[in-house]
Amino acid sequence: MDGVHDLGGKHGFGPIEYEPGEPVFHEEWQATAFGLMLAVPFNTGNHNADQYRHSVERMAPRHYFAAHYYERVLTGVTTLLVENGLLDHDELEERAGGTFPLALPVADNPMADLPAQPTARFAVGDRVRVKDFHPQGHTRAPGFCRNKQGTVLHVAPPFPFPDASAHDGEQRKEHTYHVEFPAHELWGADAGSSDSVVVDLWDSYLEGAAA
Amino acid sequence: MLTEEAIEQIIHLGEEEFKPENGARVVARAWTDPAFRQRLLADGTAACAELGYGGPQGEYIVALEDTPGRHNVIVCTQCSCTAWPVLGLPPDWYKSPEYRARVVREPRKVLHELGLDLPGEVAIRVWETSAETRYIVIPLRPDGTEGWSEEQLAGLVSREALIGTALASAPSGPAGN
Repeated sequence: MDGVHDLGGKHGFGPIEYEPGEPVFHEEWQATAFGLMLAVPFNTGNHNADQYRHSVERMAPRHYFAAHYYERVLTGVTTLLVENGLLDHDELEERAGGTFPLALPVADNPMADLPAQPTARFAVGDRVRVKDFHPQGHTRAPGFCRNKQGTVLHVAPPFPFPDASAHDGEQRKEHTYHVEFPAHELWGADAGSSDSVVVDLWDSYLEGAAA
Repeated sequence: MLTEEAIEQIIHLGEEEFKPENGARVVARAWTDPAFRQRLLADGTAACAELGYGGPQGEYIVALEDTPGRHNVIVCTQCSCTAWPVLGLPPDWYKSPEYRARVVREPRKVLHELGLDLPGEVAIRVWETSAETRYIVIPLRPDGTEGWSEEQLAGLVSREALIGTALASAPSGPAGN
């Protein structure tokens, strides 16, 4: 989805707040949220990692930006528990003593219907282009590299194709590729001439490009 | 079934087991043992497992070697994926919208703001953690550390150096000045 979570390259963000010696968790509830993030899927099989990532992306934009990272974690996990009937939203709000906003519903994802690409179609050194697709559902190709050309640096092992895994749970695996894009290809002529961004992309996201 | 004990076990992993000191040890070993360095660059997952590091978010680890001409820096623009077993759970600044939005577009400026000024001739490669590969940066070994033990060297490698927003710190004292 072309959602607000897809932040790479967006303008308008200010300085990065850096806290030296930052603790792992600032508050106890954050530790609990992290615990739930793994303990729920490990122990209940309620959802997979792609369904989890998508649940966070489905948060209303105002809520997404207002929430701390671990509130997004908690919202994603509880949304999936409510959607699958393991938690009741009213009961959640009763116990929270107030509103407990959840993520918005899942949209269709036509990407899930793409043919599987079980064998690696590209090799190190190949020139590739990221397809210009805009599914409403979950995808992991960042917007900033769509329709851009790069070079394959590395072929990684097959991993579940997230666009399918997040929607119907199907764990069909495809290779991913570390594709290097020159900064000027992504951001225009003013970008650092020797700098680049490497994006890890599933086979189905790519098509061959001229050398 | 979900128990409080299961949740506590995960919290323990995040607070006690997954930490940047693990990645610092991987780097120090790579600096002192050329055969390990080779194995680390060829198969990061197996090399980290040699030192006992692996698990969730460490299923496929790739080590990124800094050179005098190229600096590596890691981000996850769409969420906050990180190689937990060797970098620890990511800090708030790494998870912030500001870092996620900006470091891919203006890495040199972001690194400058975080206290790292790279010479203009050093190329910056930003690694976007958009799939299931998890990265660890192997920074350059600081000058003046010849003969240092693995443990001493590991003390020079911060979480920021493993992400690529800092260098391994130079040793203090006369040898490092």
